[in-house]
Formats: sequence, C-alpha cells, structure tokens
Amino acid sequence: MGVLVYLAAGWMLLVALYGLVTSRNLVHAVGCLSVAQASTYVLLLAVGYRDGATAPVFSDLAPGSRPLVDPVVQALALTDVVVGATVTALLLALTIQLRKRYSTLDPQALTGLRG
Amino acid sequence: MNGPLIGVALALVVLSATVAVLTREPVRQAVVLAVLGLSLSVLFAVLQAPDVALSQLAVGTALTPLLILLTVRKVSRRSLDDSDSGDGSGDDDPDAGGRT
Amino acid sequence: MTARGRVLLFGAGAVVVAVFFGLSCGELPRFGATAHPYGDRAVAASLAHRTANVVSSVNFDVRAFDTLGEESILFATVLGATLLLRLARDEQVRPAPAEGVLPTTRLLGIVLLPLALVVGVYIVAHGQLSPGGGFQGGVVLATALHLGYVAADYRVLERVRPLAVLDVADSAAAAAFTVMGLAGLAAGGAFLKNVLPLGTFNQITSGGTVPLFNAAVGIEVASGVIVLLAHFLEQAVEMSGPPEGGGSAEEEH
Repeated sequence: MGVLVYLAAGWMLLVALYGLVTSRNLVHAVGCLSVAQASTYVLLLAVGYRDGATAPVFSDLAPGSRPLVDPVVQALALTDVVVGATVTALLLALTIQLRKRYSTLDPQALTGLRG
Repeated sequence: MNGPLIGVALALVVLSATVAVLTREPVRQAVVLAVLGLSLSVLFAVLQAPDVALSQLAVGTALTPLLILLTVRKVSRRSLDDSDSGDGSGDDDPDAGGRT
Repeated sequence: MTARGRVLLFGAGAVVVAVFFGLSCGELPRFGATAHPYGDRAVAASLAHRTANVVSSVNFDVRAFDTLGEESILFATVLGATLLLRLARDEQVRPAPAEGVLPTTRLLGIVLLPLALVVGVYIVAHGQLSPGGGFQGGVVLATALHLGYVAADYRVLERVRPLAVLDVADSAAAAAFTVMGLAGLAAGGAFLKNVLPLGTFNQITSGGTVPLFNAAVGIEVASGVIVLLAHFLEQAVEMSGPPEGGGSAEEEH
C-alpha cells in the first residue's frame, strides 16, 4: 500500500495525457485535462494522509485528543479544485468560439495559424 | 480498517478516470466525468478531507459536466442551423457531438 | 507529423516519465507516515487564533494571500467567459420556447430550491466551525438556483436571476476581500492580517476576520458561478447562428 496510491496518481496523469494526444474532439480534450487535474488532487491528499488520524476540524473533537491529517495540503487541494473548474469553463468558452470561426472541433485539423 | 476502504475508493477512481479518457463522445464523457467526480469525493472523504470532498462534489459532479453538456449543445446546435439554412454541402465537422 | 508518429513520440515520453516517477515514488515518505511538520505548525497556528476548522484557517488566515489569488482567478475567468461568449455581429437571439414539465419535477423543485439555498447559506456561515466555507457554500448556492431551471423552464430562471445585480455583487465581493486585507494592513501592520477580536472557540463569531472572508468569498463564488452558467445557457438555449438572408442581430437586455 505504501507507494500504490502515488503510482495510481501517476497512472491517471499518463492516461489523461494519452487522451489529450489522441483526441479528435476539443471538448473530449477538455475532459481529459480535467482528469489530469484530478490526478494532482489525489497525489496531494495522499502525501498528507496519516494512519489512524482524523479530519482537521475541531467542531466535535477536543484539541489534542487524536492525531490529525495534514491540513495544509487540503487547503492546496481545495484551491486546486476551484481553479480547475474555472479553467475548464474558460477552455469551453474558447471551444465555442473556435467552432464558430473555423466550423471544426478536430484538433488535428486546426494545425495552421490563419490570419 | 481504513486500508481496504482506501483501496476500494482508489480503484474506483482509477477505473472511472481510465473510462473517462477512453470515452470519445463528449456527451457520454460528461456522464463518466460526473461518476469520476463522485468517486473522487468518496476517496477524499475516506482520506479524512471533508472540505475538499464537499468542494469536489459540488464542482466536479454538477458544474463541469453541466458546462460540457451546454457546450456540446451549442456546437451541435450550430451545425443543425447550418444544415437547416439550405447549405446542403454537409457538415465538415467529423465529431458533431450528440444531437441533444 | 502523422497521428501515428505523434502517438509513438508520446509513448516514448510517457515511458521515460513513468520510470522516473516510479523511482521517485520510492523516495517519498511512506503513505500514512506520521511526520508532518508543516501540518502540526498549521494546527497550532489555527488553535492560537481560535478557529475550529483548521483548513478554513489555513485558507483565510495563515495563507490568505493564496486565496486572494484564487478568487482573483475566478473573477478573471468569469470576466473572460463574459467577453468570449458575448453576442457576435452575425448572431441572433430568439426567445427560448416554453417547455412542459412533469408535475412531480415541479414539486421536487419547489420543495428543494429553498432548502438548498438555506443549506448553502449555512455552509458559508459555518465555514470556520465545521467542514465548509465560502467556496463550497457558494457553489451549492449557485447550483441550487438552477433547480429553478430544472423544475420550470428557462424563462422562469431568467426572471429570478437578476444578472446586473449579480455582476455588481461579484465585483463588490472580490473588492471587499482586498479592502479587508488593506484594513488589516492599516490596523495591524501586515496585509490580510487577522485584526478582529478572536472570540470564543467553536462559536460562530470565532476566528476574527475568517467569518468575514468566508462571507465575501461565498458571495463572490455564488454570483460568479451563476453569471458563468448564465452565459453558457444563453449560448446553448437562446442564440442561433447566422440567418440565411443576413438579418440584423438583436441586442440581449
């Protein structure tokens, strides 16, 4: 179990990159990017986990009674989730504009710069 | 006690991530992304991160698939209008998404 | 470069990345290790400021500068999407058709909509005590409003969603975050410093400025996401492509 979680995050990233490289539809590519971002959340939270510990919230817990998981990586992952969603939204807006201007969503057909 | 639970949640996440990438059609991929968001929230909850799980649930299960579905409707609606207006030369977009 | 060549090149790169990543995974601390020095110090800092939710304290107190960057990214994204998805010269707006909805769906919407809005406000308000906070509560509020779209139709949603007010609320809340940071600078000597009285631990007014930052971010995220979804919905439901005979484009609102 020691390194399996980290390797799972690495696998998710490589699979998502494979999807990006072989994509024939820009909306599918945006979805693959979303999967790649998910791999970073898994890696961050896996690094912060502590065996037998509980969530870093004291609303029902007396401070010092139980060990806690690392709260800093949770704050980073929280930021990451929100930023990932906003980047996806902006990329989809760009995709709509691309479709209007070039009538195609195939990244392998949109290779040259056109004036 | 937590070990097997983490293992199951992680397996679910890796499986839905792989299926999401291999699903080429955007509408179906949106549904698989919603399943991926849900399994990620379960994994985060099991890894003792309730704030991140709440955030991922709201954003990854509801918002991202909704935006993808609206985009697909907009881009395929446009090709629907093009062919309606008597263009006749056919759609040069090989992946017009699903006609929703 | 052919598609096949691209995949082969990617395969070579992926093998190299996988080998190095696998080797470095062996050097990382074992999954579930007990040594987290930064985490212990963050918990101690949060308890010193009497905030029960340590993650909220890290987000809005210990590392509030990162959150300022994040909500600025959100604001810029909403701005960018508004610009990208505006009505083009050759597009037309046609009003959305009225749609029939099953009575059971309507009942579900009527019951769930106020419930979801109240839950969203609760999550924003109790961010410093239990899991939750500005971001989570803001997204819950935004998606709760769109239950109106599911349970009724697009025209009902347009009526309950004043876009101009939401745009102003988005900008005002984003500015409020910076203004409160500057107030911290004026009063305590550091930007975004926690300068209000800290209150009693585990009460709703504890944590100093954390509840205020929570509220500002909650309003900003809720209005930002509603505006973002509004532009996408407009594109998908109302706008149509260029007409055959070259009609004129009508302005929306």
